[in-house]
Amino acid sequence: MSKVWRYGDHVDTDVIIPARYLNISDFKELSEHAMEDIDTTFGPNVQPGDIIVAGRNFGCGSSREHAPIVIQQKGVACIIAESFARIFYRNAINIGLPVLEIGEEAKKIQAGDQVDVDFDKGEIHVVNKGLTIKTHPLPAFVRKIAEAGGLVNYVKGAQD
Amino acid sequence: MGMTRTQKILARHAGRPEVEEGELLVSQVDLTLANDITGPPAIDEFDKIGRPVFNKDKIALVPDHFSPPKDIKSATLCKHMRDFARKHNITNYFEVGRMGIEHALVPDSGLVAPGELVIGADSHTCTYGAVNAFSTGVGQTDLGAAMASGQTWFKVPKAIKVVLTGKKPDYISGKDVILTLIGMIGVDGALYQSLEFFGEGVGELSMADRFTICNMAIEAGGKNGIFPVDDKTREYLKERGVTRHWEAVEADEDAVYDRTLTIELDKLVPVVAYPHLPENTHPAAEGKDIAIDQVVIGSCTNGRYEDLVSAARILKGRKVDPRVRCIIIPATQEIYKRAMDNGLLNIFIDAGAAVSTPTCGPCLGGYMGILAAGERCVSTTNRNFRGRMGHVDSEVYLASPLTAAASAVTGHITDPREVLK
Repeated sequence: MSKVWRYGDHVDTDVIIPARYLNISDFKELSEHAMEDIDTTFGPNVQPGDIIVAGRNFGCGSSREHAPIVIQQKGVACIIAESFARIFYRNAINIGLPVLEIGEEAKKIQAGDQVDVDFDKGEIHVVNKGLTIKTHPLPAFVRKIAEAGGLVNYVKGAQD
Repeated sequence: MGMTRTQKILARHAGRPEVEEGELLVSQVDLTLANDITGPPAIDEFDKIGRPVFNKDKIALVPDHFSPPKDIKSATLCKHMRDFARKHNITNYFEVGRMGIEHALVPDSGLVAPGELVIGADSHTCTYGAVNAFSTGVGQTDLGAAMASGQTWFKVPKAIKVVLTGKKPDYISGKDVILTLIGMIGVDGALYQSLEFFGEGVGELSMADRFTICNMAIEAGGKNGIFPVDDKTREYLKERGVTRHWEAVEADEDAVYDRTLTIELDKLVPVVAYPHLPENTHPAAEGKDIAIDQVVIGSCTNGRYEDLVSAARILKGRKVDPRVRCIIIPATQEIYKRAMDNGLLNIFIDAGAAVSTPTCGPCLGGYMGILAAGERCVSTTNRNFRGRMGHVDSEVYLASPLTAAASAVTGHITDPREVLK
């Protein structure tokens, strides 16, 4: 069961990981600053397996892959949002961080909810509310990248 | 079914006669680009693949974000990229002293032509749609993989048709056009889509205006922005030494657009995007009560020669308000030299402005003009997110070079017509 960290619309890459830290090349060290400019309680309190739920256009702004990486480094199991900014969405897929785009349905999930995500069935169970949200399965092409363990392994596999 | 400009370029690079919206394609790339923040991790991903570079002439590496290096960590990132460039004999590595802000430098170096496909590990890579190319930002993993394979995957996007009409007044620039458009559709108004520009108003816009407009397509959530080819494009390409064969790309007559928007250039007023989203646009004339501490004129959005000429139009014979720090950053060495040769730098320094060597510096809160808590900056850059230029409690107001320079003179947000009259 995952604890929900809830954010609003247009959470941008500058608040996910402020550029002033981008001279840090160690991602573990960098992840200590994850979400710092929007929520100072996230870094010290997030637990492996927790999930982020947000509104529209999550991850807008920079192409910095540092943004999904610091979230992944903190052990976040997946991000559910009404919609994602396209570069963030692509980057998350490429590093193997599950992202679920579910439109207005995301409004039904609030901070503190207990959530179970079944990726195989494409179902989100909001356990404390007895609610199940159906999502689209990931496109086959994207699943192939995920199955290979990310884009780099997928490209490596293609040459073998 | 007819295709948009963007769909045609993607199809051509995937070896397909036609493609449809929503399809996933693997396309060949003509150029890959990275900077000192995204380059080093892209190189690490590339190294994991264990293949040679796909083409040493088609990889551009530009240290511009924290460069000239602001500290030891930044210097280490730059060195990582420099070592890679030497090891792989990369043709288009641009060292400090010859470099510039990537999205001004890359097209000015003749590295992009109409119909070409460019990916860059920087969200503002979408700038090159100004020369009728498809270009878009990706992350470091995509970039590292493309440096090895010479290809990448795309989902074929839908598009919004933006029709520009009327005559552009001389106090209106490309920045006012794109900020007005983002104000109309919002920061996710073009999410996953292309912005394709049409209409007789296109001819009213300089190449610098078009670069600014495409540069900020991402701020509407767009995948890319793209202009048609006209005489101004041909002239620019000739000037930049693009002699290789290229083909202009135009949309089919029956291309399907998700929606059509019209912007009447003659009706536009100078606008400013208030914190903390580029969609919060207001007429500059309404900002009289907003006192400012800093002005930045530069960046990949507005650091081109024409932008400096606009700033000089205001600053010539005038002084920066005593309460304001005005920092002007020519985008490339060539622009810097041209501004020096033509007396622009004298105008800026006489006005009391600081002039910096090319760098992205303050735009992303790197260095060379960071804001303290409570400070406000009018900036010609592209993002005004919370904490973007420094302290989380500072504020950035996005504007054109004319509006920024006018605000520097008065000390508050100012419509440039107030100063020019």
